[in-house]
Amino acid sequence: MPLIEVADLRKAYGGRPAVDGVSFTVEEGEIFGILGPNGAGKTTTVECVEGLRVPDSGRVRVAGLDPVADHDQVTRILGTQLQESELQAKLTVREALELYSAFYERPADWRALAERLGLTEKLTTRFAKLSGGQKQRLSIALALIGGPRVVVLDELTTGLDPRARRDTWQLIEEIRASGVTVLLVTHFMEEAQRLCDRIAVIDRGRVAALDTPSGLIRRASGSTVISFTPSRTLDPADLAGLPGTASISTDGRDGRLTVNGTDETVNAVITLLARHHITAHQLRVSDATLDDAFLDLTETDSAPSGTDLKGASA
Amino acid sequence: MSALALSPATGAVLKAEFTLFRREPGSIFWIMVFPTALFALLGSIPSFREVGESIPGLRLVDVYVPIAILTALLMACLQAMPPVITGYRERGILRRMSTTPVRPASVLSAQMALHGVAALVSAVLSVLVGKFVFDVALPEQFFGYVVALGLSVTAALSLGALLSAVSRTSKAANAVGAAAFFPMMFSAGLWMPVQTMPDALARTMELLPFGAAAQALGEAAAGDWPSWSHLGVLALWSVLLTAAATRWFRWE
Repeated sequence: MPLIEVADLRKAYGGRPAVDGVSFTVEEGEIFGILGPNGAGKTTTVECVEGLRVPDSGRVRVAGLDPVADHDQVTRILGTQLQESELQAKLTVREALELYSAFYERPADWRALAERLGLTEKLTTRFAKLSGGQKQRLSIALALIGGPRVVVLDELTTGLDPRARRDTWQLIEEIRASGVTVLLVTHFMEEAQRLCDRIAVIDRGRVAALDTPSGLIRRASGSTVISFTPSRTLDPADLAGLPGTASISTDGRDGRLTVNGTDETVNAVITLLARHHITAHQLRVSDATLDDAFLDLTETDSAPSGTDLKGASA
Repeated sequence: MSALALSPATGAVLKAEFTLFRREPGSIFWIMVFPTALFALLGSIPSFREVGESIPGLRLVDVYVPIAILTALLMACLQAMPPVITGYRERGILRRMSTTPVRPASVLSAQMALHGVAALVSAVLSVLVGKFVFDVALPEQFFGYVVALGLSVTAALSLGALLSAVSRTSKAANAVGAAAFFPMMFSAGLWMPVQTMPDALARTMELLPFGAAAQALGEAAAGDWPSWSHLGVLALWSVLLTAAATRWFRWE
């Protein structure tokens, strides 16, 4: 049985749908990412999982329990870190850890948690005096304090500097290694690509794609990126006709061409260049990043992926 | 209030909120020090210690003990408490708590209990200073005094809860609290004791919770059982204000 099950979830605010038929399952032991642009419905989705919002329709289950009807039991299984949630300004780290420990029948040892999250030095510091990274580490500690089977982390690294962000990523990997399932909400591609086993890309209240990070990249058109500076001008129209080509762009300054396509396109480009006796300087072939895949997946409705191609060949 | 049956979790919430309350010197001063200090200051004016014509058989300092008590109640419930509760809502503290096995209502109960108790401690202080510094007789109808005081605390807490419910931000709660504070203090008789008000004005004030409270406390202090109409007004306001607060309170 999946640990979290969301089926055809719908939630509207004032007639405007925020979540419009979202389905996914999270298996025990994985890091599952919910990725999407701001306002896509990510937070509303996880708030339904946390039991903070009542869905208009659809089915949500956490370990077989209904987060609204069985709220009390769900709070013992699921730890949360909410987006933009604070603690009492004058509460110290130690007092917060002790307070939240008292909420659970069998809490984790808060001293060990503080140690693991590097908060031992800060135990007597008040919440308001903590840095952004320290506040986030404390909120992770509080999410884990009840010994949950799954934690929901919502925009955990937003507002952190790159160093603190990388430290937090390592923490999330350690959490999973300790046997806790992680549901991670983010709008950072790099974060999702580095951490997640599977990702649901949510766009305008719907799941645009659900796959592993590499699966998402492969699935997107133009998953292979070929870039080079031709020794003489090349008509982009010739490239556009090659098999698998998804898009072509030209850097106006040095005439460098970037072609998004497939493995097949690589061979075709090389053959084409050879036939025209063109040398490709600084030829690079690389996999597209999740960034490229994300843009491709979330823009398909409003802007067909062929826009670049038409633009280049016009 | 079922949360008052202390489970370990509720106890921990109360303990944490008590710790936080002790870290608010401003609240402690205005609730526990200021009302008695104001009373002592007024009591040191010679004319306050003489039996005048306005209130038969009583000195002004005698009627200012209940007024000091009501000042403490209003400071606690209107000025101090609503910004704390709205701040907790504004900053997601109540929401965060509702994802744990503990209901966020336990934080509200703890806040109300702490502010109510602080005001009662202040009330005892005012009575003692009245007795030992200004020779104000202790309430003669003691049980009636306790009943009137209990209903006054309930009315003040429910008014504070309503302010917390309708104010979206702690800034708004501060503003609304200050705006409500002065008319409430007037009705309690801070500027002119209800006993010395012209009849029509006094009867209007008796329909307001703190005017009725001032009268009920005054009657009990003088040895009579407080009149049922005053106690009834207090009880009715408590019920109405609590119902309104419950109706409009939002957790987020």
